[in-house]
Amino acid sequence: MTVVFYILAAMTVAGGMAAMLLKNTVHCALAVTVAFAGLAFLFLDLDAQFAGFAQILVYVGAVAILVVFAILLTRGSETPKDGVASKHWLAGLVIAAGVFAVMGWAILQSAAVLPHEMPVPAVTVLDIGNALVTRYVLPLEIVALLLTAAMLGAVIVALHEKEAAQ
Amino acid sequence: MEGYLLGEGILKGLAETARNFFGSYVSKERLTTVEYPEQRIAPIEATRDFPFLVYDGEDWLAGLRCTSCQICEKECPPKCIYIEKSKDKKPDALGRMQFYPARFDIDISVCMSCQICVEVCPFESIKMDTEYELSTTDRFGGLLLDREQLAKSNKYYHQIHPTEAAKVDEHLAAEKVKADAKAKVAADAAAAKAATAAAAKNDAKPAGEGA
Amino acid sequence: MIEKMDQIFVLLLHWLTGFLPAWLQAIAGVVICVAVIVCLYPALFALAVLLERKGLGRMQNRYGPNRVGPYGILQPIADGVKSLTKEDIVPLSADAVVHFLAPVVLVVAVFMGFAVVPMGRNMVLVDMDAGLLFYFAMSATTELSVFMAGWSSRNKYSLLGAMRAVAQMISYEVPLLMSSVAVVMITGSLSLTKIVDAQNSYTGIFPHWYIFTPWGFAGFVMYAIATTAETNRSPFDLPEGESELVAGYHTEYSGFKFALFFLGEYVAMFSISGLGTTLFLGGWSAPFSFLTWVPSWIWFFSKIMLSICVFIWVRGTLPRLRQDQLMNFAWKFVLPLTLLNLFVAALWRFLGEGWERWVFCSAILAVVYVAMGLVEMRRDHFGPRKYRYAE
Repeated sequence: MTVVFYILAAMTVAGGMAAMLLKNTVHCALAVTVAFAGLAFLFLDLDAQFAGFAQILVYVGAVAILVVFAILLTRGSETPKDGVASKHWLAGLVIAAGVFAVMGWAILQSAAVLPHEMPVPAVTVLDIGNALVTRYVLPLEIVALLLTAAMLGAVIVALHEKEAAQ
Repeated sequence: MEGYLLGEGILKGLAETARNFFGSYVSKERLTTVEYPEQRIAPIEATRDFPFLVYDGEDWLAGLRCTSCQICEKECPPKCIYIEKSKDKKPDALGRMQFYPARFDIDISVCMSCQICVEVCPFESIKMDTEYELSTTDRFGGLLLDREQLAKSNKYYHQIHPTEAAKVDEHLAAEKVKADAKAKVAADAAAAKAATAAAAKNDAKPAGEGA
Repeated sequence: MIEKMDQIFVLLLHWLTGFLPAWLQAIAGVVICVAVIVCLYPALFALAVLLERKGLGRMQNRYGPNRVGPYGILQPIADGVKSLTKEDIVPLSADAVVHFLAPVVLVVAVFMGFAVVPMGRNMVLVDMDAGLLFYFAMSATTELSVFMAGWSSRNKYSLLGAMRAVAQMISYEVPLLMSSVAVVMITGSLSLTKIVDAQNSYTGIFPHWYIFTPWGFAGFVMYAIATTAETNRSPFDLPEGESELVAGYHTEYSGFKFALFFLGEYVAMFSISGLGTTLFLGGWSAPFSFLTWVPSWIWFFSKIMLSICVFIWVRGTLPRLRQDQLMNFAWKFVLPLTLLNLFVAALWRFLGEGWERWVFCSAILAVVYVAMGLVEMRRDHFGPRKYRYAE
């Protein structure tokens, strides 16, 4: 639990909270991007280079753009007139606290089983690549299939819209 | 099937641009910039900018060809010429007594260089100048040229429009010859008439005296 | 002596940090390197701007700027003074925080990319195992700043320009990555220093640069196209097309912020050319084996300046592509060719040494290229053009 960890954790949590509390939806999207970046730096702090950079490349580079495009192309860019806090905030807070307690208990239970000082496994990109094509080749192919299906679906939906427009 | 290799056009374009780049250091035709105001393109002879008044000889007041007939003032489309006739007359190039302009103003901020004033002038006195660097900081009268600023000598006219000026001079000389011939004829006729009148008077006198 | 010249900057760094206590040396070394990068690349940017204006001028049969200083060499200074002293106008209804942050995010993301590019022998700031991935992650962040700039200006045209710019950058990111993956496949590592080391050998006098292989040449061409599009350079500069969207996403920026955008674009050009030379042109290695006595950093910077000259050359030659033509080109032409290039690179690896792999790989690439050309460029009839999306 070094200083770096606390700073990065604060950045991530602040980004998440800002995403919740800000009025302007695009500001919220940018705040959630800060949270993504914080997560990426946490991965880098844990020496998981591939995961960290892939997080930036995919989340900050693509998912954040997707989110802002979605906000802009719908009417979400209009600022809500009254604040974002809803009337039932107390119930929300209680439920969130409950979920956090359950997840925290689960993690701490599993952490208690593992020994505290474990050597950090040095996972290089080579190891990840090897694992993906030997042990995890089936999930890789299924993910590829899923992505192809998604792209085909997007193209078909767009084509249908064009025909409907005609 | 030529021309279907993708990228061929791009490569040809790149070659042309490279030729332009390297050629601009060696040949003048690939670097056509004229660095104004240090260098200027020489204007062609038929350039026209704003009118000026021609005068013959050395004294601009005496040699001004304009007789203030006011035709150019009437024909000017944007009405940028303002003429005031003089009260007295002075002899012109052909020896006749003509009025002259006491005031001849052209507002060159209005003038549209149409050259109609030049075309209608019967005395070849207003011609087009080629001067274009006429900006001034005086916003209220700087672009209103008066008689003295407009008067430029025939020598200057020969400099800027040589062939035109030569033709004008020829035309004026021919007119002068015709006018001289007419004057000579008139003078001879007048002299003959005077001689016959004198002879008749001489004849009449002795007849009057005899009777 | 040659060794010393080659390593002169490394030796200088060691000498400078030698004055500090041991625990401070590493951090001080990094800080000095970062300071040098942050000072060097804007200076190169000034040079590149001057080169561009003079070069474009000569290609267009005119002088470039030649009034400020002899042959106009002080023009970048004049431009710098102008951009610093201009009034910084922020539109009244613009989102001030995001408007301010957009150029900052751009410049930060662009300069981060230099951390992994090896600028000479032993001259890389951080030798990361996943260096290439880091570089692409940083260039993905620049897209976000483009969007922020366009949106925060509260200007329809800026937003439109930003949308177009982001769409273009995302579309061309895929061919960019794919053409680099071929290099990674052959080298077997994502680390840029290892990629340069793999290209640093010579047969006879010819180097083993990847551009001299069939898949490397095709990959380089596609990489060049993708980088021209990623940095919004002509002929892909519709988002900032001056005759169309005023200045696209940086319309509402004036003074220093505009200068930062401009700086960001050019430094991104340097950065991505640096990556391109590392991947395909052998990084800091010399072009012929008898020229290895020239210091490595000289080769690196000459190759970068050569790439910049080619960028300027292409800008002076080609007309601008329309948005749908641009996207069509990316998805229907460049992307399939990059996938084919991956296949050809794999074939190259598995056919082993010898003349067969040269013949087969070149043949496959040439045949597919010519076939695509014949198919795409065929004109059945010369009637009025039919547009699919613009009715």
